[in-house]
Amino acid sequence: MTMKVGSRQVDGVTIVDCSGRITLGEGSVILRDTVRDLLGKGNKKIVLNLQDVNYIDSSGIGELVSAFTTTKNQGGELKLLNLTKKVNDLLQITKLYTVFDVKDDEASAVKSFK
Amino acid sequence: MAMTEQRVSYTMDSSLETIDSAEEKATKIATELGFAEDEVMQISMAVREGAVNAVLHGNAYAKDKKVILGFERTGQDFIITIRDQGPGMDLSKIPNPLAPENLLKTSGRGIFLMRSFMDVVEIRPSSSGTELKLIKHVHGPTAGGKEASQ
Repeated sequence: MTMKVGSRQVDGVTIVDCSGRITLGEGSVILRDTVRDLLGKGNKKIVLNLQDVNYIDSSGIGELVSAFTTTKNQGGELKLLNLTKKVNDLLQITKLYTVFDVKDDEASAVKSFK
Repeated sequence: MAMTEQRVSYTMDSSLETIDSAEEKATKIATELGFAEDEVMQISMAVREGAVNAVLHGNAYAKDKKVILGFERTGQDFIITIRDQGPGMDLSKIPNPLAPENLLKTSGRGIFLMRSFMDVVEIRPSSSGTELKLIKHVHGPTAGGKEASQ
């Protein structure tokens, strides 16, 4: 299953609903282009909703890191929402759970932005 | 494709399709061998990472270079070998992705994930290519991958 994304605005925060696989190739490119496009349009409060992302490889992990740092470098914030167990385990193993701001419900994720 | 009762091997192009195909084959065989669902995921992900390294870093997508993927079931082990025809690699230059200075790097986690998911990971680089051997014990420990040697 290839990756699909859809974005929506909630109280000034952009929620990006992702589904499928974030892997080397198309999945990583779609995520990269989506975040760059949002930042280019001035949307700097971003939540990646990964509820329906069932697989991420090391390239996908790298893309999440890149999205996080790119957003931060442009004065924004990027948070992760609704991790599946597989993705959660991967972020634990790689110690990235300590880097990302991970939320498990959308309302508190939106409220957490300054 | 060459196949015996307990061993199968594939010679594949250096392409993204090979990476997906290697992962799918690993998933299918590991499932048929009776590994638990989480072990199948670990094996398929380790194979995907190995295939990524072979296609991307080893062969650098070169059309004249192949990836040789092998699956073997012995009495106690599921053994996967992935060979590329690239220039080899310097094992001393593999960074620790858990080091604070590397946490925000966008690459360099593939070998770490393989070591996390498999019981044995052996990497044998040479000037004519790199051979990766991944082993999962059929009835062995299922968590906390260990590395035997490189």
